[in-house]
Amino acid sequence: MFAYIVRRLALMFVTLIGISIIIFVLLRVVPGNIVDILFDAAGFVDPADKANLEKELGLSDPIVVQYFRWIGGLLHGDLGYSYVSEKPALQEILPRIPITARLAGLALLFSAAIGIPLGVISAVHQGTRLDYALRIVSLSGLSLPSFWLGLLILMASVSMFGTMPIFNPNPKTWTEAIAIYAVPAMAVGFRSAALTMRITRSSMLEILRQDFIRTARAKGASENSVNYRHALKNAILPVITVIGIEAAFLIGGLIVTETVFNIPGIARFLVEALRWRDYPIVQNLVMLIAVVVVFANFTVDLLYAAIDPRIRYGD
Amino acid sequence: MAVVNYDSELKRAGAHSTHGWRRLTFLAQRYMLGTIGLFIMIMFVWVAISADLICRFSPLSVDSTHRLAAPDAVHWLGTDSFGRDVWSRIVHGARISLAVGIGATLLGSTLGVIVGLVSGYLSGWVDLLFQRVTDILQALPLLVLALVMTAALGPSLPNVIIAIAIPLIPTVARVIRANTLALRELPFVEAAKSIGMSETRIAIRHVLPNTLAPLIVLATAQLGSTILTEASLSFLGLGIPEPYPSWGRMLSESAAEYVRTAPWLVIFPGVAISLAVFGTNLFGDALRDILDPRQRG
Repeated sequence: MFAYIVRRLALMFVTLIGISIIIFVLLRVVPGNIVDILFDAAGFVDPADKANLEKELGLSDPIVVQYFRWIGGLLHGDLGYSYVSEKPALQEILPRIPITARLAGLALLFSAAIGIPLGVISAVHQGTRLDYALRIVSLSGLSLPSFWLGLLILMASVSMFGTMPIFNPNPKTWTEAIAIYAVPAMAVGFRSAALTMRITRSSMLEILRQDFIRTARAKGASENSVNYRHALKNAILPVITVIGIEAAFLIGGLIVTETVFNIPGIARFLVEALRWRDYPIVQNLVMLIAVVVVFANFTVDLLYAAIDPRIRYGD
Repeated sequence: MAVVNYDSELKRAGAHSTHGWRRLTFLAQRYMLGTIGLFIMIMFVWVAISADLICRFSPLSVDSTHRLAAPDAVHWLGTDSFGRDVWSRIVHGARISLAVGIGATLLGSTLGVIVGLVSGYLSGWVDLLFQRVTDILQALPLLVLALVMTAALGPSLPNVIIAIAIPLIPTVARVIRANTLALRELPFVEAAKSIGMSETRIAIRHVLPNTLAPLIVLATAQLGSTILTEASLSFLGLGIPEPYPSWGRMLSESAAEYVRTAPWLVIFPGVAISLAVFGTNLFGDALRDILDPRQRG
């Protein structure tokens, strides 16, 4: 087990280094940096001023030097400065993390609370109309773009309450907090709920066919006991994988949802920074996302061994 | 005593319809949802091909006297803030969606097959290297990687296709590699080797065709997500540039302000995206059940 963890950590380290190189190079392939954009906007270009600014921002150094400066800073907790706001990148990123984390947490909670029971019901009633209806709902969950779902929710809120929920970092009442966090979380979590439901259903169907289920029935176990205590317990492993992977990949849905609902989290910040060619922000945010994804995968694998005694990571 | 009519039971299981047209109609009846999905997909391809025939207006023609007009007999789905006909833009948008969907899926699958086949067949350090690269690509969500890549390459149709195709490579490569590793050990590959067939020929003529079923299943599943990703990129303003009518672009951020004043601008493009993706998902599910019975459920 220990050897396995060490090996996984080493691989994760290699992956993260690889991502840092790819992102760094990708961003610098872009024709035109922030200096070009600023000077284009100003209209008048004095080459000397431009060169000065590029030098000040460290953009005139060779790319390898720039890379090692970034990584060196990263290891000291220095993420550089945002080109746009000129504040330290860390100060810009940190306060946005809890907002996105709250949204993601709520969305996952929503997807597990909706997806798992519906998946079980769908599997137990396989082939019935109920199953068909639930499968169509889950497929539509995978087909609706989450930004459109968000827009529809805004539209419904306008027609019902006459206003839209506007983000406020310190909600005063419960209803306000729900409008601010839970509604966007549902918009983004619908997809994960649909995915969770599909996986739960197919995993349950596989388990329900096995002999020990027949044994449990033969012993006279109640239908609920068979479905939830015997079958779901054994069917939950793939479901956990999906929820774990979705935890990290929710960021994709959050990018558009935060944009629709005007929520100042890190996902919307990434898009803004990309538009402004704000490299220090973009590269640090992408690294943050990669770290979350890699650790989420790792945690899921460790959870496996904890949950399922049949799985042991030997060498 | 129950009497089993073997003949009708066999017929119900499709034993009499094993070939050609009869098999197709049997499958179409058995997988109703998949048939509906296929029908939706065909409809979208038809709309994309005959876009110029079914529109009365050019998707690009600006008409300042008819800005934000509500749907009526002339403009079926209303007009946008430039007075452009929404129906024409949605119909022409099908071309963009299909081009990106099919283009990115084909490119991603082709590259994925090459990587997976080479990786599974050569093993050794090439395999190790390819696996680390796929690890790296898989550590970023599809939309994040596609966003950074379009930002790097610049917004244009081919660049959007490339930006969405690259993140698809690892999944395809993984599946093909796993299949290749399993197939390599089978007797028919050994037989091919024993009659002196070259490794490349075995890989292409024997191993590749046997990985086609999972590949087709995977590619159909990815088609839906490529269409969604293009819509998201364009929605964020980093995908297909103006003035091309892309569904995602039509819903771009400014859409939030039309939620009050011009709901048709918000509803219809979203319906188009959802319907197209829903169709591919329905079809993809049925295809998986037919081609990959182990995953049936």
